[in-house]
Amino acid sequence: MSLRERLAAGGFAVTAEISPPRGAGAESITRAVTLLRDWVDAVNVTDNQGANVRLASWAGSLIAMAAGVEPVMQMTCRDRNRIALQSDLLGAAALGIRNVLVMTGDHPKFGDHPGAKPVFDLDSVQLLWTLRGMRDDGILLSGRSLRPPPDCFLGAVENPFAPPVPFRAGRLAKKVEAGAQFVQTQFVFDVPAFREWMAQVRDLGLHEKCYILAGVGAVRSLRALEYIRDKVPGVYVPDEVHRRLRAVPPDQVAAEGTRLAAQTVRQLREIDGVAGVHLLVAGNEQAAAGILDGAGIGIKHDGH
Amino acid sequence: MTAASPIPTHPRLGIRMAYRLQRLLRPNAGYRRLSAGIEAAGPARRLFTGGERAVKGTLFGCRMCGQCALPVTGYVCPMGCPKELRNGPCGGVGSDGSCEVYPELRCVWVEAYERAASQGRAADLRLLHRPADNRRWGQSSWLNYWQGRDDDLWIRS
Repeated sequence: MSLRERLAAGGFAVTAEISPPRGAGAESITRAVTLLRDWVDAVNVTDNQGANVRLASWAGSLIAMAAGVEPVMQMTCRDRNRIALQSDLLGAAALGIRNVLVMTGDHPKFGDHPGAKPVFDLDSVQLLWTLRGMRDDGILLSGRSLRPPPDCFLGAVENPFAPPVPFRAGRLAKKVEAGAQFVQTQFVFDVPAFREWMAQVRDLGLHEKCYILAGVGAVRSLRALEYIRDKVPGVYVPDEVHRRLRAVPPDQVAAEGTRLAAQTVRQLREIDGVAGVHLLVAGNEQAAAGILDGAGIGIKHDGH
Repeated sequence: MTAASPIPTHPRLGIRMAYRLQRLLRPNAGYRRLSAGIEAAGPARRLFTGGERAVKGTLFGCRMCGQCALPVTGYVCPMGCPKELRNGPCGGVGSDGSCEVYPELRCVWVEAYERAASQGRAADLRLLHRPADNRRWGQSSWLNYWQGRDDDLWIRS
């Protein structure tokens, strides 16, 4: 069952994120996929995350496919102009990559090439709108026709917690109007705040037009927690989470982080309109099984 | 993108005054004729464009993209966003409303939302802005606006 089919059937979908290597090898992706493939419907392959050079997301997606999982190819607006973005979508679709996740992307300032030219020729809403036009109307942004049109399942991201908070559901509405069929959110640590955002999402009827997957990550160590809080733009960690993870002995932080994530998944699953979870476990893929097991979500046997 | 890098700029024009001027400058037959006349003569056009650059540069940090979004962004320039998002804000806004790239400055889209919402215009931010036409950099957006060339900048849903 594909991700799209799982969601259409009303099942609780699980996706997880992996990062391609800084190098020309496929092994690390295959290894990560092996840890995840029995548990998830699809695996996101990041696009030079944090503006750091990594193996290309389309190539990583192909490697993930070969390792036995359906990929979600992430596509940012940071490094390519409208010509390259459209061209890459055609290439990816021709190679069998069906799921595409569109995002603005972190600014180069944060990455390993801070002197790089930031492209941002399109923004994420415009890119969604462009890709939808290519698929549904068979036209490029220029108006020229293309044949055959790409078959793709279009995803977006949203951060329910970033200011202006009252506009965040409205911004998702914009993305849905532009073509988003599913959305994966930023890390959810603050479940009550997420619940409030979901209420607004339901008021706008967005949960009926777009599948909502809530982002959940397992904190591995206090250092990882600090990193997430201070270095990943747009992530907010409530004090309560800090207190909880500080309260346990250092060698048990990882286990407590996994328990916290499992608990979060359980809570999110009960919220009306949440179609699944997106596990932010890049580099920590072994945590996925523990989170899902702890949340009462079993192995997905289909397809294997 | 042009020479100067985008940097978030706090507008120096109050939002009430901005909307008042918006009503006053709305395209009509008079402005159409006037702008056609200015465009017909090279020196007049250059003078007018220079004037726009000076006025809007001072008030909004305008970088002369030539396709002005200010009327529907609470008169906060989106081209000051380091990612030049015309459909912002991005997900990296700090919890205090600061810009991801310049943490000491406020996110232009947070400001845009607050200013528009304060006047009952929050729905403006729901408009889908089409991709910018990069051939227009350096042009007068006022002339483009009065000549009706800005009519398709965004899609009303």
